[in-house]
Formats: sequence, C-alpha cells, structure tokens
Amino acid sequence: MAFSIYDFTSFNQAIDHALYASLPPVLAVIVEMTIIGLVFLVFYAVVGLFLVYAERKVCAFMQNRVGPNRVGPYGIFQTIADFIKLLMKELISIKNSDKLLFNLAPFIVIIASFMAIAAIPFGKGLQAIDFDIGILYVIAVSSLGVVGILLAGWSSNNKYSLIGAMRSGAQIISYELSVGLSLLTIIVLAGTMQFSQIVEGQANGWFIFKGHIPAFIAFILFLIASTAETNRGPFDLAEAESELTAGFHTEYSGIKFAFFFLAEYMNMFIVASIAATVFLGGWMPFHFSGWAGFNHVMDYIPPFVWYLGKTAFVIFLMMWFKWTFPRLRIDQLLNLEWKYLLPINLVNILVMAFIVLMGWHF
Amino acid sequence: MKEVIHTPVPDIEEEEYHINMGPQHPSTHGVLRLVVSLQGEIVKSLKPHCGYIHRGIEKMCEKDTYPQIIHLTDRMDYLSAHINNHAVCLLVENALQVEVPERVKYIRTIIDELTRIQSHQLWWACYGMDLGGLTCFFYGLRDREHILDIFEESFGSRLLHSYYTPGGLMQDIHPNFQKRVKEFIKYFQKKIKDYDRILTGNVIMTERTRGIGILSKEDAINYAVTGPSGRASGFSCDVRKHYPYSVYDKVEFREVLFTEGDTLHRYYARMEEMRESMKIIEQLIDNIPEGEYSAKMKAVLKLPAGEYYQRVETARGELGAYCISDGNKTPFRLKFRSPNFSNLGVLDKISREHKIADLVAIGASLDFVIPDIDR
Amino acid sequence: MDNERLTERIRTLVPEAQLEENKQFLTLVIPADKFHDLAVNLKESEDTLMDYLFCLSGVDMIKHLMVVYHLNSTKHGHSVELKVKTENRENPAFDTVSDIWQAANFYEREVFDLFGIRFNNHPDLRRIFLDENWQGYPFRKDYVDEVNIVDL
Repeated sequence: MAFSIYDFTSFNQAIDHALYASLPPVLAVIVEMTIIGLVFLVFYAVVGLFLVYAERKVCAFMQNRVGPNRVGPYGIFQTIADFIKLLMKELISIKNSDKLLFNLAPFIVIIASFMAIAAIPFGKGLQAIDFDIGILYVIAVSSLGVVGILLAGWSSNNKYSLIGAMRSGAQIISYELSVGLSLLTIIVLAGTMQFSQIVEGQANGWFIFKGHIPAFIAFILFLIASTAETNRGPFDLAEAESELTAGFHTEYSGIKFAFFFLAEYMNMFIVASIAATVFLGGWMPFHFSGWAGFNHVMDYIPPFVWYLGKTAFVIFLMMWFKWTFPRLRIDQLLNLEWKYLLPINLVNILVMAFIVLMGWHF
Repeated sequence: MKEVIHTPVPDIEEEEYHINMGPQHPSTHGVLRLVVSLQGEIVKSLKPHCGYIHRGIEKMCEKDTYPQIIHLTDRMDYLSAHINNHAVCLLVENALQVEVPERVKYIRTIIDELTRIQSHQLWWACYGMDLGGLTCFFYGLRDREHILDIFEESFGSRLLHSYYTPGGLMQDIHPNFQKRVKEFIKYFQKKIKDYDRILTGNVIMTERTRGIGILSKEDAINYAVTGPSGRASGFSCDVRKHYPYSVYDKVEFREVLFTEGDTLHRYYARMEEMRESMKIIEQLIDNIPEGEYSAKMKAVLKLPAGEYYQRVETARGELGAYCISDGNKTPFRLKFRSPNFSNLGVLDKISREHKIADLVAIGASLDFVIPDIDR
Repeated sequence: MDNERLTERIRTLVPEAQLEENKQFLTLVIPADKFHDLAVNLKESEDTLMDYLFCLSGVDMIKHLMVVYHLNSTKHGHSVELKVKTENRENPAFDTVSDIWQAANFYEREVFDLFGIRFNNHPDLRRIFLDENWQGYPFRKDYVDEVNIVDL
C-alpha cells in the first residue's frame, strides 16, 4: 500500500519476535506490557499537560485575553509549573469522610481513562490491543469513570459534592445511550467493531462522507453526547462552579485534584480520538477517489499527524462550545437526551440500516 | 410485656436538608449567606443572612458633616457610587435651597447614566458567569474598562469617586471628557450587539430563564422591589420619570416596562436600560452649557431643622435618603433606603420550588450588591 | 387624593392623629395602638390604595423612640408619612405591618436589630445584621460603643 513507509506493524512484530526469542514467554509478555505501559504513561502526561495549556490558550482567545504567557515562550511551561505546584500542595483530609473511598475515587477516574486509551489506534500498527469489539470496550471502560465521580461525591461528606456526583450519575446513564447509539450507526455502515478494520474501511473516504446525512447526524449527536459524558461545558453540571462551587471535587486538593483534572482532559482526548477514528478516518489520510496524484501527496503526511490533527480539530470544537454556551439545567439536560437525542438516534440508525441495505452509500 | 415503640422512619423523598450558600460562594457576589432548604435539588425555602459587612454607615453619618457623608455613600452600592453621592447632594441642596448651575446638572446626569451603564455591564458579565458562560464575564469587564478610564481621567479614581459635592462637583470635567464619552457610545453601540449574539439570543439561556422566578406586579409593589427588577414585572417605579431630578425632565427616554416578571425579562429590562442610558447621554453630551462647576457654598453646611427625603434611581432601584436634621452640621439621623435590601426580601418567595441552578439565575437577575444590603 | 382630603380621611379613622406642619410629605403622628387598623384601611380602600411602603425607618429622638413609615400609592400617586412613637425605652413594641406590606418584614427586622423596637406578630423577628448574641442596640443615641468603632 502507498502509506507502507509509516507502517509500524513489521516494526512491532520485529520487537515481539526478538523478545520471544531471547526471553521465556512469561517474561517476554511482562516486558512488552511494561514497555507499552511506560510509553502510554509518558504519552498520557504529555497530552494531559498539553491539553490544559491548549484549553487555556483557546479560552483566552475566545475571551479576548492573552492567556498564559510568562513561564517559557508563550507560556508553554505554565502547566508544568502548575503541575509541580499541585504535587507539592497539602492533601487535605476531611473529618467524617470515608477515607478509603475518598482516596480511591481519583484513581478509579484516572484508571478508567487510562484503560480506554489502550484500544485506540494512533497509526497503522500503533495500537496497544486490537480487540474485535474495540468500540464496545471503549464505551464500557470510559463510562467506568463515573463510578469514581460518584464515590468522590459520596465520600467527601459534603452536600455540594453529593449533588454534583448525583447529577453526574444521572447525566452519564442518559448520555451513554446516545454515545452508544451514534457509534452503532457507524458500526452498521462499517460492519465491524474492530478499530483497525473501521479505519481500513475508510481508506477510500471517511465514514462521515460515505454515510450520507445519517453519518453526519450521528457525528453531531456523538459530539453532543460525548461532551456531556466527559462532564464538560455546557454540560458541566457535575462541577457547575457557580452553583456547586466545584461539585464532586470540592474537597480534593493537591495531586488528587490533579488526577480529576487530568482525567477530565484525557477523557476529552479519548472521546475526540473515537470521533476522529470512527467518523473522520482515524490515521487514514484524506483520500479522494480518482485523484491519484492528490492521494499520493496526502499519503506522505504521517498517519500519526493525521490522527492528531483530526483529534485536535474535534477537541477544538468541544472547547469552542464550552466557552461560548451557558450551562444547561439538570432537567433540560435530561429532556435533551430522552426527548430529542435518543429518538433522533433511533430513527437515524434505521435510516442508516436502510441505506446500507440498499447499497446507497459510497 | 414490653411496650413497642415505633420510631417513625423518615421518608427520604420528603426529607429536607439544608445547605449554606455563602458567605463564600461564587454566585452570591460577596458575603451574602443563603441557608437553603432543599429536597433533592428543589429549593423549598431559603433564609438570607446578611450583615457580614455591616459597617453601620447610618450611625457613622451621625458623626460626620454632610460633605464627609458623601464619601460614605460611595461605599454602599459601590457600582452606583456616583448616584449614591447624588442622593446626598440633592438632599443637602434642596434643604439649603441652593440652585446648582445648569452645567453641573448636565454633567451629573451624564455621569449618572455612565455609572448605570458600567453597573449593568458588570451585572451582565456576572449574569453570564452565573449561568455558566464564562466568556460573558470578560466581554463585560472589557467594555466596563472604557468607562472606568473616562472616570479615572476626570475624577482620578475608578471605583469610589466621591466626585459630587453639595452644590456641585469636586472639580471640572477633563477637557477630553466629551470626546471620550462620544467615542465610548459609538464603541459600545457596536459591542452591545455582541452581547446579544453571545447571550441574549442563546437558546440555552432563554430556555433556562423563561418562566423562572416569576414576580407579579402586585408582589413587586408589596415587596417594594424597584429598579429594573421591579420594572420587569410592570411596576412603574422609575424615579427619573416620576420624580425627575437634575435634567431628567429635559431628556427623552423610555421607562423600560415588561409584564412577564421572570428572570428572562429582568435580563431584557437591564439590556434595554443600557440602550436608553446611551440615548440620554447622546442627547446631553453635546449640550453641556458653559459655567461654574459648583455653586457658592458656605464652608460649614448646616441643614435647617426638619425632615428631608430625597430619592434617586440607582442602577438597582430606588435609593432613598431620609434625613432628620436638628440644625447642626451633622445629621441627627440619616437613613438610607437601599434598593438591594428590599429586593433581597423577595428572593425567598420567587425562588421556591425551583432548582438550585434557577436560584443562582434568579439571584443574578436581581443583581445584588452586598455592601448596599448591609450598609 | 390631595393632602387635605387624605388628612381628613385619616382623621376620620383615627381622630387622635396629629398633623405635623411644613414637611415634605403629609406627615401624621398616629397612636401606636390604632396604627395597624389604619394601615390596613389605607392599603385596602379603593380611593387611598397605599400599596407601596417605600421606606421604614427607626429613629431615636432621645425623648422617645419612633418608627417612620413612608407610604405611596402607585395608582393614585399620593404619598404620606406616618409616625408612631413610644416613650418606653425598656421594651418598646409596635404592631407589625409585615402582614400588610411584605417589604416590612426585612425593614422591621432591621429596626429591631438596630433600635431594639419589637414588632408584635412579626413572623420572623430576629437580628438581621448583627450577631445573635450582640448586647444592646447600636443605633440608639445612648448606646455606648466600647470598641469605639464609629468614632475612629
């Protein structure tokens, strides 16, 4: 294939074979897992720090401000400085709180986001694990985070936290449906749940274009529902700083707060990755059937860049409406899901199934 | 045989719990404390606790001479500092029957309206923030800076000016004043359209606030809710129209009245007021007559024994100054009827059976300034 | 309704009402025990309709304590200033008007807090600005300010 120069499959296999040749199988698996874990840990930290910086810059841009500009050129080291500050802060312990759950909650939130990242393909062969039910896995794992949020709100012994957590619970239970159904629309089109095959299926056109209007509607629905699922504005009811001071993480400080903070940005990254992979072709370059020369030029841009570019675009969209919309109220939030998004989604799947049956897609 | 005691099991659905909003809470805009009884997220009742910044300004006034009192009034409703000054100045001038120069009246009216605009700008900023749209906050503050710059150039301060004195003004306006005000009006007429684009037309905002916290006209009068909040309910209470002072009788403007009385229309009322204020300024800014910037006043002001009442329209409603003088240079008793204090009284009534998020929106739409409640 | 007719009206309801001359508003001193009924009448009657209580102030006149009610009719536009006085400094009390004008609820709490005037039948008479265990009533003229904040 044309983009074989960026194919990591053989590279990975070479490492795999080398490890198995020199080490006993158990040890080889452990070493492989450690390498992958370390790579993801570094990636996670870098992306988290960068996203915080990006959000502050985007937000400043929306609000006629400059944003961070003191630490390093254009303030790029601002988040690192902030992170060091958070690391050194005192961890407040609260009277009458459930100590175990209180300390456990941030880890659940961060582990859930960490697990989801494993199934996402960053490039050809650049994927920790390629499940054949990849999408199902990601949906399942990413909604585990709410358990951490609920625990955080419950164990803090603070009414604001509890209200925030309960809101978050209600929100995720509802919006999980829309996330699942809008992805299901594309699964109908793609005929598979495996991420690698979904991406391969978009070699001659992204699903958002191939699937006509239903795919586009599914993209919009996914964007709305996933923003709600990551608890970001205008759906940030769980934190709602003007109502609940800080919602579920009111009582957290220092590194535990940083975990929640980082997990929020990573969830946004994961959600944007899924949107990019499923709707916008993932690491697949932009191809136009018939334009061989154009396609060839596009192939020379590395898949990793394609993937990150698309993800960044979706993240920017999410930041854009976070910083322009006021927050919804809890009953409006649920109305939006159950009365609008869900019925639209169900009809949308039917339409998509019909289109696939008739073979009208590209 | 043992007696069986049945302890009633509390019904969780029916049980209310209390939550302290404030004194440190992002949406109380200061040190107001609301003890809210909640059932789930529904507000069953609330009790405001004020007095965290009670300074006893009325008592302090009894020790101070009238020119000194001006400086205290700044510190009540700090966003309508000029208009508070105006109340005391008019009170003293009417009691002494001093005729202030026309120039002073014009300048005072213009500055009052600029004060009203900057106050509403800050309100708009905070209203947006309370609804969760943080960008509004920066838009509002950005435009408010322009007015504060004009103030700073003429009076040397940005928040607490104490610019009016009994009989006139502290000093004449800066030569640039007229030019800069005209520039600002031109600028803000463009920018207020941005306000509409980002918040007024936003479907989330309108749906969140329509029909929320409805205050009927009868209740508005009964609870003495004045200012834009009262006028959104149809209570025609604009002091500038009913008891004109300075040159309000010479300018044309509309008293913004709505009948719905919900949070959304309190929002509309203030937005319209900003436009009306700009109209007033436009009518006056080119016609400031030449003359003295202050009338000749005695060095020591002694009000004749008697009672005086003076009201002005601040950005939040009717400010009354009720003065009992015994003929000394200090008032015997000076009572300020502050608009926010009466407006706070209605919060419990209109926010019942609404959600916490609505309570925040209603509070924002009533536009509290806590130092004005506590005095 | 102009001031003469308003005076007449109040005089027929409360014959003891004393008119104070040369005031900005029509000012009448009403005996404390008749005040509540008068207030109800002024609010309810179609031709007076005093529905807007725009100011309620407590005053310590040294000889007596006084509460001043500023009333206005939003329909007819006339205003009146009513005063009630008491010489009882130990335990002054008037009837509340918060059942007539809801605005009085907070106003009366303020007067109670700062002047120590009780209002009978008030639904929620607590201190509003000061601490619950504050001693004395600071806005009275004979209040001794030990920390001397005001004189500073």
